[in-house]
Amino acid sequence: MTKQTTLAIEDSSHVETATVPNIRRRSAPAIERVNWPATTVLVLCAVTVLLPLYVTVSMAFKTQGQAVDGNAFSFPAPFSLDGFIQAWTLTNFPVGAAMSLLVTAGTVLATIVLAAFASYAIVRNWERRLFRYSFFYLLGAMFIPFPVVALPQIQLTGRLGLDNPFGVILLATMFQLSFSVLLFTAFLRSIPMELEESARIDGATTWQTFWKLIFPLLAPMSATVGIFAFLYAWNDFMMPSLIISDPALQTLPVRQNLFQTQFSNNYHVSFASYLMAMAPAIVAYLFTQRWVMAGVTQGAVKG
Amino acid sequence: MSSISTPTTSGQSRQRPRSRRRVEPIFYFFLVPSLILFTLAITIPGIIGIFFSFTNSIGIGDWEFIGLTNYIAIFSDPAILQSYLFTFGFSIVTVIAVNVIAFLLAVGLTARIRMKSALRTIFVIPMVVSGIIIAYVFNFLFSNSLPEVGAAAGIPWLESSLLANPDLAWIAIVLVTAWQAVPGALLIYIAGLVAVPGDVYEAAEIDGASKFQQLLKITLPLVAGYVVINIILGFKGFLNAYDIIVGLTNGGPGTSTRSIAMTVIAGFNGGDYAYQMANATIFFVVAILISLLQLSLTRGRNAL
Repeated sequence: MTKQTTLAIEDSSHVETATVPNIRRRSAPAIERVNWPATTVLVLCAVTVLLPLYVTVSMAFKTQGQAVDGNAFSFPAPFSLDGFIQAWTLTNFPVGAAMSLLVTAGTVLATIVLAAFASYAIVRNWERRLFRYSFFYLLGAMFIPFPVVALPQIQLTGRLGLDNPFGVILLATMFQLSFSVLLFTAFLRSIPMELEESARIDGATTWQTFWKLIFPLLAPMSATVGIFAFLYAWNDFMMPSLIISDPALQTLPVRQNLFQTQFSNNYHVSFASYLMAMAPAIVAYLFTQRWVMAGVTQGAVKG
Repeated sequence: MSSISTPTTSGQSRQRPRSRRRVEPIFYFFLVPSLILFTLAITIPGIIGIFFSFTNSIGIGDWEFIGLTNYIAIFSDPAILQSYLFTFGFSIVTVIAVNVIAFLLAVGLTARIRMKSALRTIFVIPMVVSGIIIAYVFNFLFSNSLPEVGAAAGIPWLESSLLANPDLAWIAIVLVTAWQAVPGALLIYIAGLVAVPGDVYEAAEIDGASKFQQLLKITLPLVAGYVVINIILGFKGFLNAYDIIVGLTNGGPGTSTRSIAMTVIAGFNGGDYAYQMANATIFFVVAILISLLQLSLTRGRNAL
């Protein structure tokens, strides 16, 4: 039993290492010439990538006087937290952050649980038509761009009292479902039946088998599915801006349009506000890189 | 134990002994909530939208069937034709730019370089940043910093904001969209390049092929499947362009950078609900056609 478990886990980690290239490259001959020209070019490209983020950070810490002097690339001198203090109250940051957190947590949880449930049912009953067709039905959302169904969704959520963060959770989860079911089903097919059968012999019900055996085995996939749901829900502008009707309940990205209409010259305030809205996603990414990178490759190859 | 060594075998073959048994009710409990919510959230709105595209509804109140009138009107509506032209043109340019940049970066990142993992971490960051917010940041750079650079360098067309120029604003949109879309394509290319066996290059080296010849004659053909995937995934994504354009130009100047998605959404406030639903239906058909193209091109490429 335990040996089989480790085998299954090894198989899952194999899926991930295949997308992390440097491990394989390191097995090349020990004395390698370092390609310095390529390194230099790539470092310069990396600077281009970081430039807008540097401007965001440096502008956020400037005083109002320095922010309007026109030089976006200068260091903040002196360092000032004035931008953050003003942005905090102007955008009502605590409420916006709470809404973003609610939408993101709800979407992540609902996506992982619903997709894992559905995928398990589909894979274990693949020979039944209902379950097989359900798989293709749920995958259908990959072919439907949100703008196509947006107008009727705005109307329906309005009529059902879901023109709030909960409506966004529902819709965002449903759009994340196809990608997530695709990843989960591919992974579940690689889990040997013998594992489950030994749990059954020990007297476990399907419900217990799912939570005690299958769901823990799914953990690496859940991490990938979860981080993608997180990035989508935290960063999205289009859906919350259309579905949530009360501006007081808006998420952080939508609140930033305040600086396009009013306060448009308080650059240190707007950039402090942008930074506070962007930073959680970047921090989350830095801690979960391997699952982000694995998810992109697997999603593309299996889709 | 033998079945464990081939874990990719699909589950159904092992289940045959159980297949005549009734499905355990708990499996319906696992599946049905997703089916119901999915139907409510996506299928029903889709059907409602297609239904109303054949009416003259303005979103509320009375309506009547008007057949294909909306569809006929769309094909002679310059605003909608312009949005399709802009969206497709922008998508094609962006797809080319993203794939060239991502491929070259991937070649560099799989070469023998220093700081490999740190560089890869940095190159993926744009993917995790909110599109609308980074568009606001670039908006500031395009409106304030770039004109200063242009004035200092004496380049006349750069002295005023790119975003205010109806002929050039699309370039800014391509730049920011590419900035954000390169990481996804890059990771897929890295996976493809790593899968190319090293001895192929050694053999080419012995035969006297230059690095450039190796890139063109070995690397590119071997990752062709990944190029197809990246082009189609990218194109599908760019056709939905919304957030970044809203943050940069909001469709302007005038309506020169209005995407299809923006035109459809404008129907919600503009009172031409049914008309824009017909537009959305056409957009849906376009999306389906591209997806079918994707399936036909990637089928049989399971070796990836």
